[in-house]
Amino acid sequence: MTGSLPTPVLEARGITKRYGRVTAIEGSDLQLYPGEILAVIGDNGAGKSSLIKALSGAVIPDSGEIYLDGERVHFRNPMDARAAGIETVYQTLAVAPGLDIADNLFLGREERKPGVLGKVFRMLDKAHMRTEARRHMNELGVATLQNIGQAVESLSGGQRQAVAVARSAAFGSKVVILDEPTAALGVKEGNRVLQLIRDVRDRGLPVILISHNMPHVFEVADRIHIQRLGRRATVITPTSHSMSEAVAIMTGAAEPPPHAA
Amino acid sequence: MTVTKEATPPTPDFEVRQHDSLGLRLQHLLHGNPTLGPLAVLIVAILAFSVANTRFFSAPNLSLVLAQVTVIAVLALGQTLIILTAGIDLSVGAIAVFSSILMATFATRMGLPGILALLLGLVAGTAMGALNGFLVTRIKLPPFIVTLGTLSIFFSLNAVVSNSETVRGSDMPGLMTWTGTTIPIGGFRLTYGSIIMLLLFAVFFYALSSTAWGRHVYATGDDLEAARLAGIRTNRVLFSVYTVAGLLYAIGAWILIGRLASASPNVGVDYNLDSITAVVLGGTSLFGGRGGVLGTLIGALIVGVFRNGLQLAGVEVVWQGFAIGLLVLVAVSLDQWIRKVKS
Repeated sequence: MTGSLPTPVLEARGITKRYGRVTAIEGSDLQLYPGEILAVIGDNGAGKSSLIKALSGAVIPDSGEIYLDGERVHFRNPMDARAAGIETVYQTLAVAPGLDIADNLFLGREERKPGVLGKVFRMLDKAHMRTEARRHMNELGVATLQNIGQAVESLSGGQRQAVAVARSAAFGSKVVILDEPTAALGVKEGNRVLQLIRDVRDRGLPVILISHNMPHVFEVADRIHIQRLGRRATVITPTSHSMSEAVAIMTGAAEPPPHAA
Repeated sequence: MTVTKEATPPTPDFEVRQHDSLGLRLQHLLHGNPTLGPLAVLIVAILAFSVANTRFFSAPNLSLVLAQVTVIAVLALGQTLIILTAGIDLSVGAIAVFSSILMATFATRMGLPGILALLLGLVAGTAMGALNGFLVTRIKLPPFIVTLGTLSIFFSLNAVVSNSETVRGSDMPGLMTWTGTTIPIGGFRLTYGSIIMLLLFAVFFYALSSTAWGRHVYATGDDLEAARLAGIRTNRVLFSVYTVAGLLYAIGAWILIGRLASASPNVGVDYNLDSITAVVLGGTSLFGGRGGVLGTLIGALIVGVFRNGLQLAGVEVVWQGFAIGLLVLVAVSLDQWIRKVKS
């Protein structure tokens, strides 16, 4: 612990993951502090995905440690990570296109009716889930959706992303991880999602943002974690470095500065 | 001059757009209500066959149609669950027939009481379904291959156990053929098997629409990886679906014994395609995640109505298959078109 820095909400130490003979990440570290947006950037194959998947329980690292609020945790699957308060929005969105918005928001944690109906007949409390879904969407300012019973496949890319982000913000109690949330979106929708990410942080949830989009990263990130060749090369901030410097470090054209934060 | 020039082009343009929006609206309507198409087909078919032959729309004939579709409907119910998860079950006929032979064998050659023979038969069918589920989820084989293999295995065991001999219903305890007993309602004769079938559809309609398990079945079939990442234990869902389907096939076997008043190892060859036909005609997508059991009930009725109606209209048996095949192709094409729906 150096000086005034608080305990990281989420910390990875020396994470290593191999797939057969391919080493995806080797001894990678990461720290996420309270109330910040930490961007994770890196070239293809730098190990961003594997690192994030280890934090979200989607892969089990071969070695290394993960700490949540300073306590060691072991995630065997995504459910473990979710139970611990880490919500992840995957690049593939992880929404079921045929189900409606409310169903998707509660997918995997449906609520049953109280009493006999719920206990014996396992009946879902659809009305309550819809009300809650509407509240969550409104809270994040995603009120443009008219019908909470609308199938997700009938939504635009940005609206789908909003559903996925709303779900993570609604249920994540510690950390929200977003994997390329603006990749498939137009300029306007991309900006709206960026605002959504700021809103999530302003509500007190720290965010890890994985992105290839440098302007987006520099617009919203508080700190930028640069991943290179399976390790953390350095951590910079949007004010300490320019975009081209970040890209240079990412691709190995420039030496990473000794990392401060 | 300029006025007329400007006025003419928009008219065809407008017409085209209106035409488009009509098609689009139909596409959206069918997308939102997938049972609407099959229901329309069923009603039109019933009307057409009633006109073609007045005997069609009579209580005795309609009773016959319902009795004829009951077994297929129950098998198609299990098939629906599997197709909703983007799978397919080719072993449905084999499981049903083998279960019926096992029930008959337990009750006759092994001399067990009827209730015990029935229960053991249901357990056997469930176990066969569970074997499919195990191979799909643990060994990670495609459902088509798994059930192609078990189809062959169950039919061959069926031949071994039965010695290729039919067991007569009169040799079995009354419980085994009870499903074929009819109760008269006016001129209509409803079998207990049909009542069981309708109850099963009600149960699974509820389970799919109003329980978390139902949501998970749809999500798993819609996008397996997305469902897994959303925290659904997709393997558990898939295993439960194949196992429950096995139980349904075994209940179908019980109804089959009642319908035929015997247990024959040589029936059921058509059951695979008939059950898939009913599911597809009912508007459930072979790509998973879309459709439901209500459509399957309608789909099974369409098959029954067509077979019976064509027969009454004097169409030769060989052409009945032709008509059903045509219907299936139309249904699948329609499904493809509906799936292309855009917002």
